[in-house]
Amino acid sequence: MTGEHGRWRRLRTNRDWLGFWFMLPAAAFLLLFLVYPLGLGIWLSFTDARIGSPGNWIGLENYEWIIGDAKFQTAVFFTLLYTLVASAFKFAIGLYLALLLNQAMPFKAIIRAVVLIPFIVPTVLSAIAFWWIFDPQFSVISWSLKKLGWIQGNINFLGDAWNARWSVIFANVWRGVPFIAISLLAGLQTLPPSLYEAATLDGATRWQMFRYVTYPLLTPIIAVVMTFSVLFTFTDFQLIKVLTNGGPAGSTELMATMSYNTAILGSRIGEGSAVSTAMVPFLLAAIMFSWFGLQRRKWQHGESND
Amino acid sequence: MSQRKFTRRDVLKTGAALTGAGVLQGADLALFAQAWAQSTPWKPEKGAKLQLLRWKRFVQSEEDGFVALVAAFTKATGVPVTVLNESLDDVQPKASVAANTGQGPDIFWGLYSLPHLFPAKCLDVTDVADYLGRKYGGWVPSAVTYGKSGKGWIAIPVGYNGNIINYRKSMIEKAGFKEVPKDTAAFMELMKALKAKSVAGGFALGRASGDGNAWVHWCLWAHGANLVDAKDKVVINSPETVKALEYAKQLSTHFVPGTASWNDAFNNKAFLESQVSLTNNGVSIYAAAKANAGKDPKAKEVMDDMDHSLWPVGPVGKPTEFHVAYPMLAMRYTKSPQAAKAFMAFTLEAENYNKWLLAAVAYITHPLNAYDANPVWTSDKKLTIVRDVAKRTLTAGGLGSVGEKAASALADFVILDMFASVCTDRATVKDAIAVAERQARRIYR
Repeated sequence: MTGEHGRWRRLRTNRDWLGFWFMLPAAAFLLLFLVYPLGLGIWLSFTDARIGSPGNWIGLENYEWIIGDAKFQTAVFFTLLYTLVASAFKFAIGLYLALLLNQAMPFKAIIRAVVLIPFIVPTVLSAIAFWWIFDPQFSVISWSLKKLGWIQGNINFLGDAWNARWSVIFANVWRGVPFIAISLLAGLQTLPPSLYEAATLDGATRWQMFRYVTYPLLTPIIAVVMTFSVLFTFTDFQLIKVLTNGGPAGSTELMATMSYNTAILGSRIGEGSAVSTAMVPFLLAAIMFSWFGLQRRKWQHGESND
Repeated sequence: MSQRKFTRRDVLKTGAALTGAGVLQGADLALFAQAWAQSTPWKPEKGAKLQLLRWKRFVQSEEDGFVALVAAFTKATGVPVTVLNESLDDVQPKASVAANTGQGPDIFWGLYSLPHLFPAKCLDVTDVADYLGRKYGGWVPSAVTYGKSGKGWIAIPVGYNGNIINYRKSMIEKAGFKEVPKDTAAFMELMKALKAKSVAGGFALGRASGDGNAWVHWCLWAHGANLVDAKDKVVINSPETVKALEYAKQLSTHFVPGTASWNDAFNNKAFLESQVSLTNNGVSIYAAAKANAGKDPKAKEVMDDMDHSLWPVGPVGKPTEFHVAYPMLAMRYTKSPQAAKAFMAFTLEAENYNKWLLAAVAYITHPLNAYDANPVWTSDKKLTIVRDVAKRTLTAGGLGSVGEKAASALADFVILDMFASVCTDRATVKDAIAVAERQARRIYR
């Protein structure tokens, strides 16, 4: 009995074990809500499971099928295009806005709050607003341009494959800019003013100040923010679901919406899991890129770049 | 049940029930419900409770009518019923998960093939179906297809939602037509003339699971084409499909611009604003116009000027319409199977069902022949044609089985995307068929 007691006391008080105990809730949380679903998803992608039947192991059959599926290929193409173009625009506009908002200007607090609005509005609501803006018959854009006499008929925003693609990318950019702008603004405000003073004394131009002071110091923040932004964009769902539901004829289908349609509405869980598992390598690549490409700069550890 | 020969006595009896009790009100209804509860063969279990998950209403008065029906059931039997509403697309996944895990609502009320996704998990309701069929003039053929699996009934098809042609009389007159033509060739001429001389019409080519699927399936079947044959063998790669796609492509050149982005709501908006002369929809456009006619002169104009028509018949020579069916099923895991059966039987009893049909203002069509006599079908002659949609409709999956595979093909927009990609010039007829065939082969393997 004493031995048991002694061991238990050691488990309770030993510093290494104590660390383990503190980690346990977080680890259990991660295992239960992240590792398990992800593992289950990957497992299901190797089966022919349907909703209501557990399915049998079929190996890579689902992957072989989707790789040859024209609709899946279109979805991968558009998901990449959507992510790249939208992220690039979001970054450029977000950084510009952040620099602008970092200046001394009247009503600064109010303007900063206003910038956040697209981010605050629930996605589904903003999607419905865009739904009206892009309406083939009642679009406010078509109406205004017609009144100005610039166009004759209505613009076919969501009915033409490429128009629809640019339209949903535009909606995504509108929605995603505030997140980047406000995060980068927060980063800008942590930069020490002394560096700018020194740069001013050295006679640096504004561009030089941005290029050689602001940008390098902001890089770690940019890396984190853009990683998040790319991940959010890549896994976007609601905007497409409400605006086009992947139409016309699958041209705005994202991998996320395709996975949902196949697995939940089409009840082919195995195949839908394969589609969503196919997103993982892309997401990992995005994370790796930002980690190794942007963050492992030696100057962050007090050394110079090589 | 449809082939059952009912006797003259049956008809007299139901006729009397209909005219006598068609619109029972207040106290009468309470009396009926009490008497019904005493005489029904399905006696709810002691302490029974029911949870029902249904598709979310499109017409408010329909839901109000259903809530009243549920309240009457609770009053008569003492069984409390909780009603959950889910959007149409979400009923099926929820029901599938419930069937799989063995817990959830007792009764599900969803779309088309819902009960056939998990026939073994559905409570056998053959006795309810037989009772209702006998009492109310028999089930229409499609109701038998949707309700029966093997020898027994696994669901009660409670109603249909007719998807029909909505058109503006003045606009088709301007195009030189008195009515919507009865065959596809003349229908093409109408659409052409509408675009040229009047206001163009249009059907949804976006991923509109209701209106989009309804019209492309009509077009496919009208030309004698099918996704699968009676043995579920994929037969989409056929000269008939080519004809159907060519017809649709030509038809779509006469559409109002932008139909490729239409979902189920776009045509309603455009029609109510007189931007489109002809489209396919339920009677909800008419209902909306009627509801606003008092305060909005534009809505009154639309209401007065619009009418409904059945779909033209194609080269195949018989109607090929595709209307929405709403079957109701009880799960085998329910603790109150008798209460669930009692509820289904109660719902379709004339005293309740007639009122609900009236409240739904033709948005719902009955699956039992006797309800042809419901006053809603004569209340407004623009609604009369909807009376027959349950008798005319083909079932999900066409010639093939009505189960999971048919549901999968609908959810994947196999047919709709095939038509949309041809009509929007994204693919040639041959390529579009090849994509659809490959997908269908996979689903129907």
